[in-house]
Amino acid sequence: MGLIEQLALQKQTIVHKWFARVIASYPAETARFLSSQKDPFANPVGQTTRQSLTTLIELLTSTPDAAAMRAALDPVMRIRAVQSFSPAQAMGFVFELKAIIRQELPAKELTLAQWATMEQRIDQMALEAFDLYMQCREKIYELKANEMKDRTYKAFAKAGLIKEPADE
Amino acid sequence: MADETPKAAQLLAKINYTPQAKQWMDVPVQIRKGMYCYAGNPKSLEYLGFPNARQWNPVEEDWKLPENWQQILHEGFKERLERFRSIKVFMDICVRCGACADKCHFFIGTGDPKNMPVLRAELLRSIYRNDFTTAGKLFGKLAGARPMTLEVLKEWWYYLFQCTECRRCSLFCPYGIDTAEITIFGRELLNLLGLNIDWIATPAANCYRTGNHLGIQPHAFKDMIDFFCDDIETITGLKPEPNFNMKGADILFVTPSGDVFADPGTYTCMGYIMLFHYLKEKYGLKVTWSTYASEGGNFGFFTSHETMKRLNAKMYLEAKRLGVKWILGGECGHMWRVIHQYMDTMNGPADFLQEPVNPITGTKFENAKSTKMVHIAEFLADLIKHGKLDLKPERNDNKILTFHDSCNTSRGMGMFDEPRYVIQNVANHFYEMPANTIREQTFCCGSGSGLNAGENMEQRMAGGLPRANAVKYVHEKFGVNMLACVCAIDRAALPPLMQYWVPEVQVTGLTELVANALVLPEEQERTTDLRGEPLPGMEEADE
Ligand code: SF4
Ligand code: SF4
Repeated sequence: MGLIEQLALQKQTIVHKWFARVIASYPAETARFLSSQKDPFANPVGQTTRQSLTTLIELLTSTPDAAAMRAALDPVMRIRAVQSFSPAQAMGFVFELKAIIRQELPAKELTLAQWATMEQRIDQMALEAFDLYMQCREKIYELKANEMKDRTYKAFAKAGLIKEPADE
Repeated sequence: MADETPKAAQLLAKINYTPQAKQWMDVPVQIRKGMYCYAGNPKSLEYLGFPNARQWNPVEEDWKLPENWQQILHEGFKERLERFRSIKVFMDICVRCGACADKCHFFIGTGDPKNMPVLRAELLRSIYRNDFTTAGKLFGKLAGARPMTLEVLKEWWYYLFQCTECRRCSLFCPYGIDTAEITIFGRELLNLLGLNIDWIATPAANCYRTGNHLGIQPHAFKDMIDFFCDDIETITGLKPEPNFNMKGADILFVTPSGDVFADPGTYTCMGYIMLFHYLKEKYGLKVTWSTYASEGGNFGFFTSHETMKRLNAKMYLEAKRLGVKWILGGECGHMWRVIHQYMDTMNGPADFLQEPVNPITGTKFENAKSTKMVHIAEFLADLIKHGKLDLKPERNDNKILTFHDSCNTSRGMGMFDEPRYVIQNVANHFYEMPANTIREQTFCCGSGSGLNAGENMEQRMAGGLPRANAVKYVHEKFGVNMLACVCAIDRAALPPLMQYWVPEVQVTGLTELVANALVLPEEQERTTDLRGEPLPGMEEADE
């Protein structure tokens, strides 16, 4: 049996363990809430994370599709980019997947080539995650910078009340 | 490595909701960039007559506190415990059941346990126990008590400015403990040491001086409104002539200055002008604006009871001076909370005003009997109900709407149905967000109570996540592309929130939608909406 087939068989367990790892990046009280509250509107962080991880594992077991992987990573990275994580903490969970898969799929049953494929896909995922993280951070800075301009300044300029560019 | 996973899983199962005093107290506060607002400008503090006005920086070690700051806090605490019975009760009765713990949008979004309402309140309670209870004095930490230190003070400041005073948590507390009031109280204590944030202090000072948040002077206020009239003329072929400071007008209109000076509130402001023009032409109603009471918003509310009172007083003073019958209030959040909860006892009774009656429909606004102030959504709903507005809802057909209840108008004053009734009469496509995110359970925009600055964008985005998440759901499910609200802070705070989480969704005020649909007497055929976007079916004509 190939890696992909084995992975597909173990999907539930892997998602479950991976989710537990990601959630453990939060303080203990928070982690419990994130994993136990099932209502997606009462617990958007936990439920969005779970959804993203599930889709990502599904994608690992199908033909590589960069756009789909990106779309699946976006919601979870968007959340982690505004929480108190360093860039490494925010995206480090992707690499944890390697350890989990190794643990679930004993190495002796797989060829080196199979491992290489799997690792390459996860590395790809990590790169996408990093791109998304950076994009989110840039968006935040853009929102910060435009906060005044977008609202007040624009309204005044529209009304012709601003004669010179603001000097600040 | 290999055995780490089961450990984490076991851990999850074991964690207890009820926060253990020892644990949380031992986690030192970390003031993180993006999660706090800049310190108050000393000039603004001076203007408001607040103590210890100075330059200081929250991330620096030295906060430049007065030498006897502990004593000042202790005495301030004591005095207020005697003055506000509710605070004393809230300090004593919490059983730490945890029902409120996961209900705060800041906890949900940031994942920081100290944003659980129960822990936010524990920040103050731990000092209360230490300073004012025997058990606390005797058993200290064991009884959940701790002395006031610089560390604790910093923690207070950081977390009391991570609460938008939205009251969602209080809805779930079996004892009705209102953490918002605890925050208000805590911030008042911080003010005794000059620990305010600039986004609150400067608008409050500006309001006091020139009457509005931005410190815009009367002529600029009038210029802006005149400019809107030019725009209205371009769209409708009619140029309204609004009244300013008109003695003997029927109604004084007060709205937050954000509607006059900040997009997209400006379109709501155009909506008011068009509505009043319509009512004048059709029914001879005289509504006046004031350049003195030119701010409905009340940043004093986020500062101290005294400042709130001073700022609020302007509305009654102006209503008296102009001799109007009653006051109509625009689309604002905390302005309404102040009116609903405090105005009457604080600056009332306004017995020089009449009990509000809609002169066009004869409806008595019983709920406004004592404050003499009617919300524009109530006023609009009443006009629509009696068929007094000539409307073409199809002009809003390209807008697929949902409605965000502002914490203040919903939990703060109990207004749920009027804005929905209005929307459904001026537009054809309206979808509700999930039940546990609207009406009394509404999620805050994440930027209320003076936290809508630019520097704390991470905080705002994280705090607004539960709201945005529900919007995203209706966007994906029903194609919602417009988020309506009746609050000026929402109109300022929600657009960046949407840009980050659901960029396909824009934000509108209620009266903007009304004015789009409203057919003014003798207007020209409109090709665009108030934003200059082509009306449905007019995409060609606009080219
Ligand atoms: S719900 Fe009320 S009693 Fe329970 S922990 Fe929260 S504040 Fe305390
Ligand atoms: S009032 Fe709102 S922001 Fe403050 S603790 Fe309660 S839920 Fe959180």
